[in-house]
Amino acid sequence: MQKKVFFRGRLLPLVLLAPQLAVTVVFFFWPAGQAILQSTMREDAFGFSREFVGLENFREVLEDPAWVNAALNSFVFSALVAGLALGLALFLAVQADKSLRGATVYRSLLIWPYAVAPAVAAVLWLFLFQPQVGLIGRGLNAIGIAWDYRLNGGQAMTLIVIAAAWKQLAYNFIFFLAGLQSIPASVLEAAAIDGARPTRRFWTVIFPLLSPTTFFLLVVNLTYAFFETFGIIHALTGGGPAKATETLIYKVYVDGVENLNLGQSSAQSVILMIIVIALTAIQFRAVEKKVHY
Amino acid sequence: MATLSLHGVRKSFNNTAVLHGIDLEVADGELVVIVGASGCGKSTLLRIVAGLETPSDGQVVINGRDVTGLEPADRDIAMVFQNYALYPHMSVFGNMAYGLKIRGLPRAEIDRRVRDAAGILGIEPLLDRKPKQLSGGQRQRVAMGRAIVREPALFLFDEPLSNLDAKLRVQMRAEIRRLQRRLGVTSLFVTHDQVEAMTLGDRLVVMNAGRPAQVAPPMEIFARPADTYVAGFIGSPSMNFIPAALDQGNASARLADGTLVPFPEGHRPGSAGQPITLGVRPEHLLPGEGEGEGAIPLAVELIEPLGSETVVHGRAPGGLAITARLPGTFSGSVLPVRLPGAHLHVFDAETGRRLDP
Amino acid sequence: MDGSLATPAPVRDDALLRATRRRRLASRLLAHAALLLGVAIVAFPIWMTLVGSTHDAGTIGRGDVPLLPGSHAAENYATAWNEGGGRTRTTPASVMLWNSLLMAVLIAVGKITISILSAYAVVFFRFPGRMIAFWAIFITLMLPVEVRIIPTFQVIVDLNLGNSWTGLVVPLIASATATLLFRQFFLTIPDEFVEAAKMDGAGPLRFLRDVVLPLSLTNIAALFVILFIYGWNQYLWPLLIINDRSMETIVVGLSKMIGRGDSQNDWNTIMATAVLALLPPVLVVALMQRWFVRGLTETEK
Repeated sequence: MQKKVFFRGRLLPLVLLAPQLAVTVVFFFWPAGQAILQSTMREDAFGFSREFVGLENFREVLEDPAWVNAALNSFVFSALVAGLALGLALFLAVQADKSLRGATVYRSLLIWPYAVAPAVAAVLWLFLFQPQVGLIGRGLNAIGIAWDYRLNGGQAMTLIVIAAAWKQLAYNFIFFLAGLQSIPASVLEAAAIDGARPTRRFWTVIFPLLSPTTFFLLVVNLTYAFFETFGIIHALTGGGPAKATETLIYKVYVDGVENLNLGQSSAQSVILMIIVIALTAIQFRAVEKKVHY
Repeated sequence: MATLSLHGVRKSFNNTAVLHGIDLEVADGELVVIVGASGCGKSTLLRIVAGLETPSDGQVVINGRDVTGLEPADRDIAMVFQNYALYPHMSVFGNMAYGLKIRGLPRAEIDRRVRDAAGILGIEPLLDRKPKQLSGGQRQRVAMGRAIVREPALFLFDEPLSNLDAKLRVQMRAEIRRLQRRLGVTSLFVTHDQVEAMTLGDRLVVMNAGRPAQVAPPMEIFARPADTYVAGFIGSPSMNFIPAALDQGNASARLADGTLVPFPEGHRPGSAGQPITLGVRPEHLLPGEGEGEGAIPLAVELIEPLGSETVVHGRAPGGLAITARLPGTFSGSVLPVRLPGAHLHVFDAETGRRLDP
Repeated sequence: MDGSLATPAPVRDDALLRATRRRRLASRLLAHAALLLGVAIVAFPIWMTLVGSTHDAGTIGRGDVPLLPGSHAAENYATAWNEGGGRTRTTPASVMLWNSLLMAVLIAVGKITISILSAYAVVFFRFPGRMIAFWAIFITLMLPVEVRIIPTFQVIVDLNLGNSWTGLVVPLIASATATLLFRQFFLTIPDEFVEAAKMDGAGPLRFLRDVVLPLSLTNIAALFVILFIYGWNQYLWPLLIINDRSMETIVVGLSKMIGRGDSQNDWNTIMATAVLALLPPVLVVALMQRWFVRGLTETEK
């Protein structure tokens, strides 16, 4: 889509673009280029000399059991968060969609966790699950479940999944409800007259019509779980215990900021960029599909 | 006091010529309507006059001043858009005053001009409203008002009535005509509607494929169309075209079945036996009785009763589609019609140009 | 008129009717029950945080957190507001709130401003390099700050912008999403408005100010809500950039107060700080819900 009518002038549009372009070049392209460059270099321990090592850093990263562990954690974590947050949100949105008046009320009551920062969400859940202080943490211990997420990796993973999914629930709910409410009433009426009962109607008519929204949300949720949950992990578990909750993004941070291994950290960044680019590309395909739907 | 002259105006988009050299003189106070089918270049021509498009070649002269390279704002013109282009966030007053504010007119002067224009258009009570609170006709008036307050040398209308319903269109048409007379502003009006063109214009420019097919007053265009395109475009239902050839020393037309139709107005130029096209308006066909000499028996396919008259669509024996417009009512399966002598239009079959005695 | 000619009374299947009514009622009850449960799940952590912020440290430390608010609200919030909490004396919440507010507003306003300007240039002008500029902005969509965090941090160090508002805000204000949203909206502004403006003698900047900006107000409001929350909730970037305690933002500050989550923490003050940290963005969402939902569903299209 393009306009057919324009203003004249060559300098003015460049002036208008300048701030955005300057920020983009200085804080996007330069660092991205640096990352790619550094990912092929190795510095000695004191930063005095650098040598070109080709894809050596990538090979080391991919063969590093710690990285593989982080990749596996990311995968499990993202799948659980996306599954939980999407499933619950879809169920609630379908229930809310049943009554038109109630829908907006419930929406108001359900959407505000979106506004809560991931790190703050972590604090809220920590206060519930802290083994000595938290209501649920103590409760679990009281009924004989040895609950301490600071010692048990599985429990730590459970906790960050709950906190991350809790925060994302609101977002998914908004989109599912909007998607449901945009399904033309006539389609549902036609299905009802065809004799499809509510459950059947959901799986044969509503869910397929909702699939573009679902797919879009799936990608968004995966991106969220991969990249935006750093705050939750940092505040709750610090990647522990014993790296049980260390995800890829967390490992970039640890290697780059705490271990100061720039070459490897950069190689990891580049791998992450490739993952984001793939996710974004998939998302655009989905959006295109949505448009043609 | 303003005149408009176009000299050899051409326009091409990506090597496709849209306008092939337009020359036009518009006299002071005249309303010229540019009419044609969509894609004929009429809007492009108007936009070139407005300065919204740059011509590939040629000159636009307003009041003796060559404005070809100038910005629209510097041309002393005003334009009424098809969709009115009223700024939705400004009140009616704001919309009308905006151009004047930019020109830096004193506040009192702006106020006076807007109120004057609103008075002329009868929209004073609406001045504080937003465009979306107005009806179609009221929006149309505001769009006119926005043009009027500028007191321009030239009014440009780009199909301003096409978004109105049929009844309102007729009413606004009359209003625009009255207003233009009253203000005496030279105007250029673009439309695809031939009725609008006929009723509004002092003169019409009938455009065909980027060329003016004919430039003349409305009745002249109706009575003496310059070619088959104009003849078919103006008038409803459209003129019937019947293939024929010159005969009897170019004093008659010979139809396909051998019937001779004499030209009472005299000989037409051309070589003996040259193929021609006869044009007859549906209302000029003479309904005949029986199978007399020269009568064409039409096999009736469709009858459209319009109340005071009836339009009959039929086919001549050779398969040619013919439309007749008869006074009163009609029923039956065959309608014999005769070609009139007086209202025959004769065109060169090859070029489509009109052949006059 | 004659009763004897009336049609026979319609047959009614009372059993089926009752079953249908029962099913509908059950379905609605289930819906409300499920939603109320959902609301409870969503609200419970916040409720407990509110409760936690109204008891004294001892009650919480013993693990006796009641389900209802206590009587220490005033002193807890006063401590959080004035002194900060925890055994590791942190920055007072008042200072951190102000820092967060400043960061969020600067990011939101900055993003909106440069996005409007660049979208305006790309949509309303034809100039050499237009598509290159567009793609350069567009491609940044693929590089969230978390991904390029270390190299971007190095750039900030090279430019000597660490511990500064410029370093904190500017790298976050480039926004492909906002630019795309405004571009999308600007494309819906009819060509005739531009033409009318040309007739009126309004230049491009005047048109931007008098027509485009007023028409964009709802979009700007919607985007502001989203971006304010985005800015307020920033975590990793401020964590890296800011060492100066006086510039600490509340989200980062709060997580620092927790440390490793020991039971001896001043949980009462921490919970009061948590409430303060989540209140502003939640209020923005609650009060501007209409804009928020719209902004959200439109930015992600």
